[in-house]
Amino acid sequence: MIDMEQRKAELQQLIGDLLAEARRQGATAAEAAVSSNAGLSLTVRLGETETIEHTRDNGLGVTVYFGHRKGSASSSDLSSQAIRETVEAACNFARYTSEDPCSGLADAELMATDIPDLDLYHPWQQSVDEAIQLATRCEDAARDFDPRIFNSEGASLNSHDGLHVYGNTHGFVAGYPSSRHSLSCAVVGKQDGSMQRDYWYTLSRQADRLDAPDEVGRMAAERTLARLNARTLPTQQAAVLFQADVAVGLLRSFIGAIRGSALYRKASFLLDHMGKPVFPEFVTIHEEPRLPMGLASAAYDNEGVATSNRAFVRRGLLESYVLDSYAARKLDMQTTGNAGGVRNLRINSGELDLTGLLKKMDRGLLVTELMGQGVNMVTGDYSRGAAGFWVEGGEIQYPVEEITIAGNMRDMMMGLLEVGSDVETRSSVQTGSWLIERMMVAGE
Amino acid sequence: MSDLIQIAQQTILTPVGLAERDLDRMLGGLTGTGVDAADLYFQSSRLESWVLEDGIIKEGAHTIEQGAGIRVISGEKTGFAYSDELQLPILEEAARAARAITRSGAEQSVRISGVPVPRQLYAPVNPLPTLNEVEKVELLHQLDQEARRQDPRIKEVIVSLVAAHDVVLVAAIDGTLNADVRPLVRLNVHVIAEQGSRREQGSSGGGARESLDYFLQQERGLGYAREAVRQALVNLEAVDAPAGSMPVVLGPGWPGVLLHEAVGHGLEGDFNRKGTSAFSGRIGEQVAADCCTVVDDGTLPGRRGSLTMDDEGTPGQNTVLIENGILKGYMQDKHNARLMKVDSTGNGRRESYAHLPMPRMTNTYMLPGGHDPEEIIASVDRGLFAVNFGGGQVDITSGRFVFSASEAYLIEKGKITRPVKGATLIGNGPESMTRISMVGDDLKLDAGVGVCGKEGQSVPVGVGQPTLKLDELIVGGTEQ
Repeated sequence: MIDMEQRKAELQQLIGDLLAEARRQGATAAEAAVSSNAGLSLTVRLGETETIEHTRDNGLGVTVYFGHRKGSASSSDLSSQAIRETVEAACNFARYTSEDPCSGLADAELMATDIPDLDLYHPWQQSVDEAIQLATRCEDAARDFDPRIFNSEGASLNSHDGLHVYGNTHGFVAGYPSSRHSLSCAVVGKQDGSMQRDYWYTLSRQADRLDAPDEVGRMAAERTLARLNARTLPTQQAAVLFQADVAVGLLRSFIGAIRGSALYRKASFLLDHMGKPVFPEFVTIHEEPRLPMGLASAAYDNEGVATSNRAFVRRGLLESYVLDSYAARKLDMQTTGNAGGVRNLRINSGELDLTGLLKKMDRGLLVTELMGQGVNMVTGDYSRGAAGFWVEGGEIQYPVEEITIAGNMRDMMMGLLEVGSDVETRSSVQTGSWLIERMMVAGE
Repeated sequence: MSDLIQIAQQTILTPVGLAERDLDRMLGGLTGTGVDAADLYFQSSRLESWVLEDGIIKEGAHTIEQGAGIRVISGEKTGFAYSDELQLPILEEAARAARAITRSGAEQSVRISGVPVPRQLYAPVNPLPTLNEVEKVELLHQLDQEARRQDPRIKEVIVSLVAAHDVVLVAAIDGTLNADVRPLVRLNVHVIAEQGSRREQGSSGGGARESLDYFLQQERGLGYAREAVRQALVNLEAVDAPAGSMPVVLGPGWPGVLLHEAVGHGLEGDFNRKGTSAFSGRIGEQVAADCCTVVDDGTLPGRRGSLTMDDEGTPGQNTVLIENGILKGYMQDKHNARLMKVDSTGNGRRESYAHLPMPRMTNTYMLPGGHDPEEIIASVDRGLFAVNFGGGQVDITSGRFVFSASEAYLIEKGKITRPVKGATLIGNGPESMTRISMVGDDLKLDAGVGVCGKEGQSVPVGVGQPTLKLDELIVGGTEQ
């Protein structure tokens, strides 16, 4: 096992070297990040080991400022010669980029000073053989579940450890190790000549918090079987219930629309909505960046700015954008410590679980899969391929596929009737299922 | 020995003190009982990108990536390890990790030898310095000005330029030694137009395995700027798209993303070996209308998806996938080809040394048919004419695929009438292909912007098709 403290000291030294080299080559300010990751990915298919991949990645990136001119460069080589060349490449760019008054490091007084241990590092302790056994158990559970499960794409185990260090010429330098483990399974079912596949996975920073392999396999099998003999629907307006794992995508689209870079480019459907209602009154959306063991936790953002709890939507009103220091300057605002994105975002949940939501919807479409991009961030127009289940009398009737659902994100957000208590926790953006009043469902 | 191998050795191996005999020795260490195949993949990449926004050059970035991937295959098992450090002891450690997939066996000796590639499809140039920095900056400004000059409603312009220089060397225990030097350039213009409170976007771009002056020739770069503006202005007038099943006419060129999603992925060898594709076991069967012939052609000179050799050292090929509606063949890499007892079709590709190769498309397109495009439009009573698309996606098992129109028009009584908003189209690959009733005589390939993602790996690809008509496809608009 690598000694993480020693490795961290080495990478911090590397950051020091990068910044010193940038200064030496004439930069007035600079920032740099170095990462070092290692991991194991393996797949077991039809009971046999199919692939074993050992991964090991290093990377360094540096951005230099000559006043308000900026240049960047990155390399997978951490040698001292590579450092010199990378800084030189960045400095060369800064000679040709334009003077941009908004460009530069985040303000020095915003740098994080208290950097708590957020409990993000729990390296994989088991051998490759044990990992293979886990994946095998997972796939076996799926394949043995039902004779209609006749084929498999396999079960995969992924385990990655990383060390990430960031520093800038304000004197800020910090780093932390982290780990991430997942187990997934995808199987193929067949009935009456038609095939369907589906998958399931579990994800955690700590291996022993992963769901049991049998449970993951069983879920993959159940989800696959539930899709067999799917049909399409007549074209109609209908209520739509987005199951929690696909509702995550809607929440991400909302976040994309309040991102500083989308706003200053006027490329957002939520331009000029600050302080205005964007969701019904029961909705609050907030982030908790310093959550221990959180999938997106960090005490500082990608510019070294201290992170803190923040509400983006309160009682349905848009209360904050998602800003880094550059977008903040463009918009004449203050950074929200979101360089690199939102961290552990949650929308508040209601009382109803998925069964309760189905009852409340009574008649409509439960969406369990979305296909394609189909979200126009400038206009909010939304049109995506979907699969799921038709619901009547509050109960699932039959699986459906080869349909599209369409609307506009603004109407969908305002038409949100309920957020479920069935929160998807495998994501840095977390939500329960979304029940939306009405969308256009296109089919035959 | 070919020039390409010499260039690759000088670029990657010589600076770190490695020679051909070291590769022989490393490969020897990968052999043994139970080992069916093994290869070393060395790569050195330089990438440069520029972004203009708000009328100023906002970003410039340079990326260096270098490393080696080592793969060992035994039956259906693959062991893989890679390193971004090219010192011999580190590579040997990675080789041991990859080799651990099989535990027995005595080493054999391996002698690799270079075979000349049949034909180089692009010049082995480094495109990065083919324009100097002042010229690059000037090009970006010109496009910004050209876009703004077209119409006062253009409020935002983003121009991005990317140039990549990729040198790869493959050596395998079957004796393969091959190398490629791959230039790749891409230029994109994205605009936002504003009219009253309405805002719409348009984007256009292109690229090729060429040097950067490709964009100066035939006013290509300026053309992208004009095209992005044209699309944004069309979208300002667009009304809600229709919802439901209807005839759809797809324009020539980029709408060929239909073929990439509806049939392309489903014909990749890995899915068919495993029997998970809707096309599995169907060679010789009718899977598309008689008028459809679809090929995957990696041999088009200079094209974004073209490959002088693939990432396993196999020369790029032109493979017939569907001929007059009959399924002819799959796209193969060496691993899946061996297991299916066929030959590799030169489709073994990987995103980088840090990824495993798998069967991937190159340039996938449909051959022209006999219809005049105007005749095709005229044959539709009420339907959709879609000419530009965003991305697509496919579920290869059920055959369902989607692709999203970004520029489309209503066809009413045989005439193109009004532009409609973007909408997702959804269908089932094998079914939709049998519903193609007319194929135009206007085959066009896309401008060179395609990126294909599979299992987390991105590779550049091309698509193309003539104008074609599907009698029925579901259009995901909002108007019933």
